Amino acid sequence: MAADTQDASADAGFGRISRTKDVAFRLIALAATLVGIVSLALLLANVTVDAVGWLDWQFLTNPPHPNPYEAGFLPALIGSIAIMLLIALITFPLGVGAAVYLEEYASDGYLTRFIQLNIANLAGVPSVVYGLLGLGLFIGLLNIGYGTILVAAFTVSLLILPIVIISAQEAIRAVPDSQRQASYGMGATKWQTIRNVVLPRAMPGIMTGTILALGRAIGETAPLIMIAAPTTVFGAPTSLFSKVSAMPLQIYNWASYPQTEFQYGVVAAGVVTLLVVLLTMNSIAIVIRNRYQQRT
Amino acid sequence: MSQPDFSHDGIRTARGTVFRYLFMLCALLSILTTAAIILTLVVDAIAFFQTVSPVEFLTGTRWSPTNEPIAFGVLPLISGTLIITVGSAMIALPIGLLTAIYLSEYASERQRAYLKPALEVLAGVPTVVYGYFALVYVTPALDTFLPLSTFNALSASIMVGIMIIPMVSSISEDSMSAVPDSLREASYGLGATKFTVSTSVVVPAALSGIFSSFILALSRAIGETMIVAIAAGQTPRMADVADPAGMFLDSIQTMTAAMVQIGTGDIVGQGVAYKSLFAVGLALFIITFVMNLISEIVASRYREVYR
Repeated sequence: MAADTQDASADAGFGRISRTKDVAFRLIALAATLVGIVSLALLLANVTVDAVGWLDWQFLTNPPHPNPYEAGFLPALIGSIAIMLLIALITFPLGVGAAVYLEEYASDGYLTRFIQLNIANLAGVPSVVYGLLGLGLFIGLLNIGYGTILVAAFTVSLLILPIVIISAQEAIRAVPDSQRQASYGMGATKWQTIRNVVLPRAMPGIMTGTILALGRAIGETAPLIMIAAPTTVFGAPTSLFSKVSAMPLQIYNWASYPQTEFQYGVVAAGVVTLLVVLLTMNSIAIVIRNRYQQRT
Repeated sequence: MSQPDFSHDGIRTARGTVFRYLFMLCALLSILTTAAIILTLVVDAIAFFQTVSPVEFLTGTRWSPTNEPIAFGVLPLISGTLIITVGSAMIALPIGLLTAIYLSEYASERQRAYLKPALEVLAGVPTVVYGYFALVYVTPALDTFLPLSTFNALSASIMVGIMIIPMVSSISEDSMSAVPDSLREASYGLGATKFTVSTSVVVPAALSGIFSSFILALSRAIGETMIVAIAAGQTPRMADVADPAGMFLDSIQTMTAAMVQIGTGDIVGQGVAYKSLFAVGLALFIITFVMNLISEIVASRYREVYR
């Protein structure tokens, strides 16, 4: 207190300066927060404007064409959707199974911690490395064939599996323990409790996480390039062993064309289509999450 | 009377055991995946190193896998990767940290409800789209006042930086939110302003989480592929430390971009170029895996402190 009165004059000055600093810092932090969001908004506005006139019914229903005015996106669109459906079929049961094991069965031992650390690490492995895994394992070793739907789906499934597991674990962890106890109290077995109590309660969260992970899968390009998926195909895939293209691959291919009609027109239309599909999926995830939140 | 119940119980238990092991298999698949990644990379990398000596690979300063004279020195690719990593870090680390401070210390609940999902969108945009943005919008915009090449490290760095902002901000914010309020209140009680509390109390207390987010973000920048493959070009060359401007204004090639280049070429032939993919992939995997591991260990240590 004695020191306080001694430095009273200095204190007043200090107080004023630091308040200015305080306000300035707040504004700088806010500006920093908005930098990324605003730049992305600007870029999206640009690409949307460029896509106008190019993104029409003909673009969505035509195959690719060297003439920009006839170029279409259909095979890539169908290819992406086909790959994504397969990925969903593969990752959903595997991801939920792994999450149920880790949350409901596994004891907190060495193996569990190792698996957990391993999953966290897998989530950070560059996607291009997963492409090499697909190339070496599914094409080199199992000989499924370059660039087929099956190889593409397996490869990208392994890539998003850690994300699906982590989000499913969070959803399962969020189920209150009292509900499990109630189920056991009624004489239910562990499996009955999981099937009738835990999974139904966790399902909206699991669905949300899976859809978001699928959204990531649909944008993946590098792994598909590494498994030699063609950047351009002219027809929709007919079997699991068909060579398949996907929206991001077609965009990558078009972006390398020198003509401005491609650079600022056709690619922009492709980008907007891809983003609209992504946005739709994310909205579905948000709707599921919100409906679930309202119910509880 | 109890006999049928018994057998029913037996079936129930058996079914439970079957599912238990089924689920365990799913969890073990993650370990199998890691093992498969390491095996695939190592087997083909060994085949590569039978043709090209590891010393030449690790110390060579020229990378030319398909054009004569063939050379497999990885240093130009590592130098290109470093340029992108440093460039994107200069954008993402300060912005991400300030964002985390704002979200954790300044933003109202309402602001956070809008800002957090908006930031998550940044990480959700496909990287091929970012690459395209860098090539057709950012480069021409910067070109009006900078002597840029069509393909350059600067635009690519900016886009990678924007992409990894959420990785820095969300993990840093989590660790800042975990700082006990008692520390903040103690500081306010001494007459500190919000600025002092944020920078002198919260940030130091959350340092391990912030550090962990930085490493993770850098690891993402190293492994990022499509942005650099599209916007930074395909010119493997050593960075000239004496000419930092030139490093960013001209085309470079990263490890990932080199992999894409070989991948889009004729890889059906099992030549040396094809096998070099796996050597570069192995180097990339080791670097990012070690960084992710460090990040995870630092983060989990901090979690134990405040729990």
